[in-house]
Amino acid sequence: MEIGSGYAVQMRGITKKFGSFCALDHIDVDIKKGTIHAMLGENGAGKSTLMNVLYGLYQSDEGEIYLEGQKVNMKNPNVAIAHGIGMVHQHFMLVDNFTVTQNIILGNEITSGAGVINMKKAREEIIKTIEKYGLSVDPDAKIEDISVGMQQRVEILKALYRGANLLILDEPTAVLTPQEIEDLIKIMNNLIKDGKTIIIITHKLKEIKESADVCTIIRRGKYIDTVDVKKVKEEELATMMVGHAVNLVVDKTEATPKDVVFEIDNLTVLDERKIPAVKNLSLKIRKGEIVGIAGIDGNGQKELVEAITNLTKVAGGTIKINGVEVQNTSPKNTIDNKIATIHEDRQRRGLVLNYTVAHNMVIEKFKEEPFSKKGFLNEKEIVEHSKQMIKEYDIRPDNCELQPVRGLSGGNQQKVIIAREVANDPDLLIAVQPTRGLDVGAIEYVHKTLIRERDKGKAVLLISFELDEVMNVSDTIAVIYDGKIVKSFKQGTVDENTIGLLMAGGKDDAKNS
Amino acid sequence: MLTKLFLLIGITLMYSTPLIFGGLGGVISERSGVINIGIEGMMTIGAFVGACVGYYTENPWLGLLAAGAAGGLIALLHAVASITFKADQTISGIAINLLGSGVSLFLCRLFFEGATMSKPVPHKLPKIFGSHVSNNLLKNINVDVTVVLALVCAILLWFVLYKTKWGLRIRSVGEHPAAADTLGINVTLTRYVCVILSGVFAGVGGASMTLAIISNFTPTAISGQGFIALAAVIFGKWSPHGVYGACILFGFAQALTVLLGGGNFVVPSEILSMLPYILTIVILILFVGKSSAPKADGVPYEKGSR
Repeated sequence: MEIGSGYAVQMRGITKKFGSFCALDHIDVDIKKGTIHAMLGENGAGKSTLMNVLYGLYQSDEGEIYLEGQKVNMKNPNVAIAHGIGMVHQHFMLVDNFTVTQNIILGNEITSGAGVINMKKAREEIIKTIEKYGLSVDPDAKIEDISVGMQQRVEILKALYRGANLLILDEPTAVLTPQEIEDLIKIMNNLIKDGKTIIIITHKLKEIKESADVCTIIRRGKYIDTVDVKKVKEEELATMMVGHAVNLVVDKTEATPKDVVFEIDNLTVLDERKIPAVKNLSLKIRKGEIVGIAGIDGNGQKELVEAITNLTKVAGGTIKINGVEVQNTSPKNTIDNKIATIHEDRQRRGLVLNYTVAHNMVIEKFKEEPFSKKGFLNEKEIVEHSKQMIKEYDIRPDNCELQPVRGLSGGNQQKVIIAREVANDPDLLIAVQPTRGLDVGAIEYVHKTLIRERDKGKAVLLISFELDEVMNVSDTIAVIYDGKIVKSFKQGTVDENTIGLLMAGGKDDAKNS
Repeated sequence: MLTKLFLLIGITLMYSTPLIFGGLGGVISERSGVINIGIEGMMTIGAFVGACVGYYTENPWLGLLAAGAAGGLIALLHAVASITFKADQTISGIAINLLGSGVSLFLCRLFFEGATMSKPVPHKLPKIFGSHVSNNLLKNINVDVTVVLALVCAILLWFVLYKTKWGLRIRSVGEHPAAADTLGINVTLTRYVCVILSGVFAGVGGASMTLAIISNFTPTAISGQGFIALAAVIFGKWSPHGVYGACILFGFAQALTVLLGGGNFVVPSEILSMLPYILTIVILILFVGKSSAPKADGVPYEKGSR
């Protein structure tokens, strides 16, 4: 395509290497003015790196960037900002104990001479922008006190305040409820009407279909294609993203639940600040059933899992497995009572990254025979065991048993944990955010494993912030809000909007109950 | 009675002054995200350089300036180690402390014929009401100019941190350097400036000991003031006004020591002189953990690289 002023951005031959790893390999992209352009790719495909190059946070090793036909050297974010580019990062770049106004003006302060900040004038400017684009934001609130959705709007305001004409949104919907996503799409449309251009980085196909005009697909640092969103199906996008056909629908049969095996009664757990995070929560899980907990991060999920796994004490109530109370004992006791957990943060909780795959495999039972005898480890048995696991769970590379687990990819690290936990033959399998940061293929594998364990008659507790995941995998969907299960549904009896509303603290209306 | 009270105020202000300078140094460094445990060493260097330059130039003001410069110079070492080379900031700070006392003593022997004490400066820094006050009451609160200077510096630092764009930027760098970076704020430069200023404050604080309170450098001129100042930073919640108040409290403890020691009390002087340190420990036990340190304090900033 010609370099021309009708394009907000044109990138030519962008190449970026981190050491010997080629993150971007001669990428060409053209982004038309006044469009919503999606960048689609799996985790680690290079889409965020490409946008960081455009924003001047990384310098490309090769290639050129043209803005409206003019070549620009993006040597740092100041250049990008000066050229009207604004970026909303996936992890918000906001100072928690600053007010909204302070965060917006930071680095670009309105002063009344001698560097003294003119707060009143800054506030007026910001309110003007808020009203123009229909953003609902309180300019005087502190960031730590406002919702994630509002924080995102503050990020958008930050860009607009700096005169951005091109907005880059990195995974903008990852942390939002379905209602907040709708609001965001409205805001994006308002911005387009005002002549702005928007780039969204995402791996969620549904949102691309809902919001974007054009979509560029990147796979393993290489440009694959640019397509008109209206003319392609979700499945086609997925195939281009992964490189082979994928099954987007979770395959499973009807559950055949049996007796209740796990029961939480009236549970109360305090958080670090000694404020109740889980409030009189009750929950039952039967054998052969997956119970999924849907909710926004920070509504007591973390404390609930920590209480069940005995990483924290409970303030009241009971947790029973097979009729035995396990609360306020020890993590070892939890494991001994046949509760296995796939923790949320595999690098912090699930694995000792510098240990070998073999040692990580036996980390819960290295004291037992045959892995040790009279206090001495039996390395031979440990390695044998892990070799068998690696084969059974298809962990790659296939002779990795003596490698540190740190060197494995995220998906394979997760497989190590799954292999270990499932091999414990638990009665209850807890999976917290089990697919976080995994690509489409690995996600499919994790979901299949959960369903297989269910079919073997295990009870499964799935906790996830991805509503789609909870709705597709679970047999029973329980919505958590403010430390309480506000309502439970059988799979297929409820739509996404109803759950989204409950997740945000809204009241359920009668027709769905 | 009134005489006693004025005396107490006078001594409190006198002893709290070096602490206030040290504390302000701690505030500006830690607000930008660099822990500066080396305040003690920087104060020692300042104390020596102040006394030495004051002696040879016969001008205490030049001594004070030189002390600030020397403190800033040694702080530059800490900045290079902890910002550019991302070294452990506690280790680097401890090294500065060892270096500070060692270098001061070495230089002192070099410049003063092998003695560990410098010769008294011919002119100390002036007092606020001049040197000849006959009124007994006024005499007791006729404090050094450094007392006023410390107050001015505290107010100035407060104004800069909370009312100007530079302050907003410094605080953002200490709380969330990645956010500051994306807005085009130079995290490295900001931290360098703050750490060097921290050394300047500490150096001046050291010299306020040897150019105003006493009149020469001794190896024990600075003995723990830097650490008490660090305690004051925590107690004062990393704010200039909080630190000022905390330092006054510690100075008051020291003043009590002096006053009670001189009276007819039967408390042994050894116990009394422990008072400021005990108070420090008690306050740290009560307040550490509950206070709100800048979020990125002590964490080297790495650009999001693989």
